[in-house]
Amino acid sequence: MTVTEVDLGRYQSPFYPRQAEIDRLNRWHEWKGYSSADGFYDTTLEYFATRNSAGAFDITPMTKYRITGPDALDFLDRLVTRNMRKIKPGRVAYAVWCDDGGHVIDDGTIFHLQEGEYRLCSQERHMAWFKAAAIGMDVTIVDETEEICGLALQGPTSFSILNELGLSGIDQLRPFGLANYDFNGTDIMVSRTGFTGDLGYELWITNDRAIELWDALFEAGKHFGIMAMGTAALEHARIEAGFLAPFEEFLPAHTTVRTGRARSPLELGLEWLVDFSKPCFNGRRALLDEKKNGSTWRLVKLDIEGNKEAHQAFIFPKKNGGKECGFVTSAMWSPVCKQNIALGTVRTPHGNVGDKLWVEIYYQREMHWSRVMAEATVVDKPFWDPPRKRSTPPEPY
Amino acid sequence: MSERYDAIVIGAGHNGLVCASLLGKAGKKLLVLEANDQVGGAAVTREFAEGYSSSACAHLLYQLQPQVEKDLGLKIKLAADDIGTLSLGTGGEHVRINGDTVSGVSEDDATSYREFYKRMTRFSDLLRTYFNRTPARLAKDASKADMLNLAQLGFDVRRLGRTEMQEFLRLIGMNIRDELVERFDSSLLRGALSLDAVLGTHLGPRSPNTILTYLYRLAGQHGKLSQPAGGMSMVTDALAQSARGNGAVIRTGMAAKRIVIDAGRVRGVETQGGEIFESNMVVSNADPVSTMMCLVGTKNLETGFTRRVSHIRMRGNAAKLHLALDGLPTIDGVHKREFGERFVIAPDEVYVERAFNHAKYGETSEKPAIEISFPTFRDTSLAPAGKHVLSAIVQYAPWELRAGWSDETRDAFQQVVVDTMTDYMPDLAGRITASELLTPADIEKQFHINGGHWHHGELALDQFLFTRPIGGSQQYRMPIDGLWLCGAGAHPGGGVSGAPGRNAARAILKQEKSA
Amino acid sequence: MKSYDAIVVGAGHNGLTNAAYLAKSGLNVLCVEKNDYIGGATVSRNLYKDWFYSNCSYVCSLLRPEIYRDLELSRHGLQVTPYGGGAVFMENGDFLGSYADHEVHYREYARFSKADADAYERYSADVMRQCKFIREFLLRTPPDPASFKPKDLKELAYLGAKFVEMGEERMYDTIRFWTQSVAEYLDEYFETDVIKAALSGSGIIGTALGIHSPGTAYVLLHHYMGEVDGNIGAWGYARGGTGAVAEALSKSFQSYGGELRTVSGVEQILVKNGKTAGVALSTGEEISAPIVVSAMDVKNTFLKCMDKNDLDETFYNRVKNFKIRGSSGKVNIALDGRPSFPALPKGSPLLDGDMHFIDSMERMERAYDDWKDGTWSKDPYIDMVLPTVTDPTMAPPGKHFMSCFVQYCPAKIEGRDWTEEEKEQFGETVIDQIAQYSPDFKDLILHMEVRTPSTIEDEIGITEGNIFHGELTMDQLLFNRPIPGYAQYRGPVGGLYMCGSSNHPGGGIMAAPGCNAAREILTDLKRPDITPVNFGDD
Repeated sequence: MTVTEVDLGRYQSPFYPRQAEIDRLNRWHEWKGYSSADGFYDTTLEYFATRNSAGAFDITPMTKYRITGPDALDFLDRLVTRNMRKIKPGRVAYAVWCDDGGHVIDDGTIFHLQEGEYRLCSQERHMAWFKAAAIGMDVTIVDETEEICGLALQGPTSFSILNELGLSGIDQLRPFGLANYDFNGTDIMVSRTGFTGDLGYELWITNDRAIELWDALFEAGKHFGIMAMGTAALEHARIEAGFLAPFEEFLPAHTTVRTGRARSPLELGLEWLVDFSKPCFNGRRALLDEKKNGSTWRLVKLDIEGNKEAHQAFIFPKKNGGKECGFVTSAMWSPVCKQNIALGTVRTPHGNVGDKLWVEIYYQREMHWSRVMAEATVVDKPFWDPPRKRSTPPEPY
Repeated sequence: MSERYDAIVIGAGHNGLVCASLLGKAGKKLLVLEANDQVGGAAVTREFAEGYSSSACAHLLYQLQPQVEKDLGLKIKLAADDIGTLSLGTGGEHVRINGDTVSGVSEDDATSYREFYKRMTRFSDLLRTYFNRTPARLAKDASKADMLNLAQLGFDVRRLGRTEMQEFLRLIGMNIRDELVERFDSSLLRGALSLDAVLGTHLGPRSPNTILTYLYRLAGQHGKLSQPAGGMSMVTDALAQSARGNGAVIRTGMAAKRIVIDAGRVRGVETQGGEIFESNMVVSNADPVSTMMCLVGTKNLETGFTRRVSHIRMRGNAAKLHLALDGLPTIDGVHKREFGERFVIAPDEVYVERAFNHAKYGETSEKPAIEISFPTFRDTSLAPAGKHVLSAIVQYAPWELRAGWSDETRDAFQQVVVDTMTDYMPDLAGRITASELLTPADIEKQFHINGGHWHHGELALDQFLFTRPIGGSQQYRMPIDGLWLCGAGAHPGGGVSGAPGRNAARAILKQEKSA
Repeated sequence: MKSYDAIVVGAGHNGLTNAAYLAKSGLNVLCVEKNDYIGGATVSRNLYKDWFYSNCSYVCSLLRPEIYRDLELSRHGLQVTPYGGGAVFMENGDFLGSYADHEVHYREYARFSKADADAYERYSADVMRQCKFIREFLLRTPPDPASFKPKDLKELAYLGAKFVEMGEERMYDTIRFWTQSVAEYLDEYFETDVIKAALSGSGIIGTALGIHSPGTAYVLLHHYMGEVDGNIGAWGYARGGTGAVAEALSKSFQSYGGELRTVSGVEQILVKNGKTAGVALSTGEEISAPIVVSAMDVKNTFLKCMDKNDLDETFYNRVKNFKIRGSSGKVNIALDGRPSFPALPKGSPLLDGDMHFIDSMERMERAYDDWKDGTWSKDPYIDMVLPTVTDPTMAPPGKHFMSCFVQYCPAKIEGRDWTEEEKEQFGETVIDQIAQYSPDFKDLILHMEVRTPSTIEDEIGITEGNIFHGELTMDQLLFNRPIPGYAQYRGPVGGLYMCGSSNHPGGGIMAAPGCNAAREILTDLKRPDITPVNFGDD
């Protein structure tokens, strides 16, 4: 038998041919084995496109599992912290799953495609853990990452573009809803989900129809300001929306080597995703204990005075001296909010909403480094949270 | 309408009965459910051919904890209590072992054996003390009792004195083969001792930590062998009587189908027959894998826990052979009056190791190592007058037989075993009138032990003390409120010792007191 | 009679490291070596034309970076270059690759099982956690659990604290990791036989245990806990062959004023009035020193080079019972060109890595059964590398040096010495296994050197040629290594120290025992401790 070697280079998403055509920067990085663009034209332009019109972001490298079988619901319900019984067909759930110690392994979205059939979509890969979780259950888990590609269309004109594309009934799709629409005679699955905290959709289709979708979408969007968007622009939108990213705000529990580096959902501000009324789910006992005894860490959203971006900054409870109480995990100057914002992790009891903390920022101007202690306020709401995100039907542009 | 109990024990094996009796004694209203028609689990006497009976699995008693006997005021009638061992050689030359004395070996070996026995029993005494305690939980926030427990263990080890403590820490992880080869010239002595170290395990004499398994064997009555009158049922019947005397209701022929769990807490047990018995406490004498995977069900368990339970190694390797004989066979060099002894076919440690090699690849041993007893010699109640029973534990017969267990493979293996014994008992074959071979697959089926493993889980350092059955569950309490484990799968492990049952009962009562 | 402050016996990497630290501290140090070359098993030998054989140890990863830096080995000429990847050839014509690139590695494992490909990440993290734990103790002296000295209690408490720091679940994992067999450990992660076979090799290299023997999971650490420039678990070649490590150490040693004498085998370590007095060389010359440090294994040190009457009987017996077992052989080959491996795709990076030819757990274990029966494995586990692919200095241009580490190979055949014929057959066994996957291999062989444990013992002196100077079993680790009560590098006689791999933390080109012993000596001499501390990892 002769065996061909696995691909030694990066995979290309089925959208790659089109992306290569428009790409002017030649700046690519690796994302789960795929080439993924930092940007195509200019990060600022792309960012403003998603905030002002619509940005199209290739989410093909996301890991996708198809979960089916009589025990699919039981499997998921025990796997994740939130109550999956409440997620009806046609709905999407953002969820986290933990190990027995209540440490987050990953977060992701679970699409209830139809009765007894789900798709789980996450950043990391989990076949080994899911297999262990499936012991004693009648459930089939298939990795369909390489068969299904996805495109996120995010921004205020996204609805209009899909309308223009001819997805009739898309106006009725509510946030965290999913539906199949006719696209050139066959089905396309669209969910009203995203990573930008704004009106937006994710489109899922088999690889063979990727180019067709891309072309049709850009044609439909040409008068609505559609623009391809790279990771750098998305990252800005993500922080403004206050969303977590693995390897930024938390580490998948299985990959941590040092004690105490993993985080619980409570520590990540995701208590709303934990349903303690469920009799059994992974991490339940540990999380109940944590709820009783208090968490060690707390994820905070920080509104920082001034305009110096607080990358990798230590957070202090006091302006002068004392030991740091945490550190910034993601930071940026928000162009739409005109705010200096950050996500950070601090030790309890610090980090209650309204707390004033101090952030030690190092910044450089013309080769010279300076340091500033900036006051930071712990805020509750996402930095960017426009009402259009929620309205159904969305306002046409 | 179902009945309510303070606690339900699943399985009337010896540990289940010990636990039930102690809980009953503490005033609890108790129900014991046993799947078979007979109490005792695998520690029973069964008729395997008309008129012929034998202890079904273990046939000699050597690990019963004195504390258990004392706590329950047991009176076990023994047919014999000072059984020696004959390590069978060819040409009528055998080695006889009894307590700390051995004959048929050189002066040096005899002296060395005495020293060896002294040291081993000393170490086993240390272990025994700990076997009768609940192992500590290892954690930064461990309770004061756990800290004390560990300190006591450390203190006990230190109390051995500097040299002996060093020896203890060194030997505990070692293989028995190295120690035996360094000490003894007599191959029959090495063979017999190495078989003792690996009986019932998936280990060979060269496998590290077989000294530990040897110590484990001694950690009851220093290896002193006795034979209960009427077989093992003598022990379990006495325990059942004790349990009943303490108010427990024992229902046989009632196999548990599932443990009823509601909102993360135990509510009772449902039997195969569909009957539901209510209770807020269930104590399982079944093995941990059956308990968790079948009776509880993985839907009620968290994944990390399930994953760990699924990794518990419990693939049995010991088969049990019962032969009905029309008379005692002859063994060259063995006097008729010696037939009450235990015979061992393990000519040297290499023989045992080679027998083990097959088990690694899912084969039965070509030349198995065998422990033989003629229980009828001391106890005529087990067979018709003048007739005899040969009861043998045979190693290795892996549960996961590559060819699969069937009547053919079972018969073929029985032939191998009989042939092996015939090398020492030339007239054996002609005396056999009936037979029964229990493979691990049979033991699994008949006694409901996953993998047919006598110890409810391999006895090895990684499944021992703090990590038995799995780390985090070593204190008999399972991660479902109201569920406890009291069988051999829990600390300290298998053997007719009663220790897990007793420790579990004590842990339950202690927890209730503190709650 | 010449006299020194200290004499180090044996110029292997540990002896030289120890000597270097003692000399650096200002002592007048002599290092004596029985062979006419230095390095012991850390050696490059010119045995055929212009080829240099790393004829004992052949890769480098464990060398503590603290020592590398501290003794300025780079300035003294040492250069370690990492290599990555490798392949296991399968009987069905397929192969399992191991790639340096994380994603490509994932894809390769996923070709066999997606669950295994995922599980590998968890496996790596779990093993790294154990590495991190043990690395804390590599440059520390083990405590004596039987002692009540404050120093021992403090060190014991430190060990306990580091253990407890891991958290409850991880503590249980750690107990299991230290006591499990590598086969059982891998079973908990993987389902694919060839993946398990590939990973299990690291659990048995250099040990007289099979993959199913309890305690072999721990041995994994001795192949994972090393690093090249902070890449934990990476392996590299010393430029110029393994001997370059010893060369650099000896230059470092001599730069501190140390004196090195080769062809000076020690006949006996002299003891006067219960104290070490010096050494007597096999030439009859006696050299005096109040401190003698033995870099030899403990059996050589105490059973061969000391008078039994100078030793306590219990100690003597424990040394006798210390297990040093010959379990590995070595076949070194000069090649006329680079052999081809048609099963691997053309141009594949796998061709530059290490190669293995056993594809199942059963074959791994059966290889051990042969050893138990007193013979070499007829289907051995071979770790084959071509260092010249990375380091062309070891052979003429276009020519190659191949190093085959072979597990298992006993010191004696069924209890008696090897015959020349058997040695040849052993070589054939190795050649044949490789030739199965490389049709042109046999024709390229110009010269080969077959080394059984007894050849290694005869040349280097290590008892049974054991690469770790003693089995890495639970009963011979940490405070039990080499002898309970003597795990702190001090011998049973005043002034006598042990710095070889028989001591904590054990073998491999780590140099930690040599360094740790120096620390204890300097402490006893009340001199400032100049040995390095762990770089730390948090």
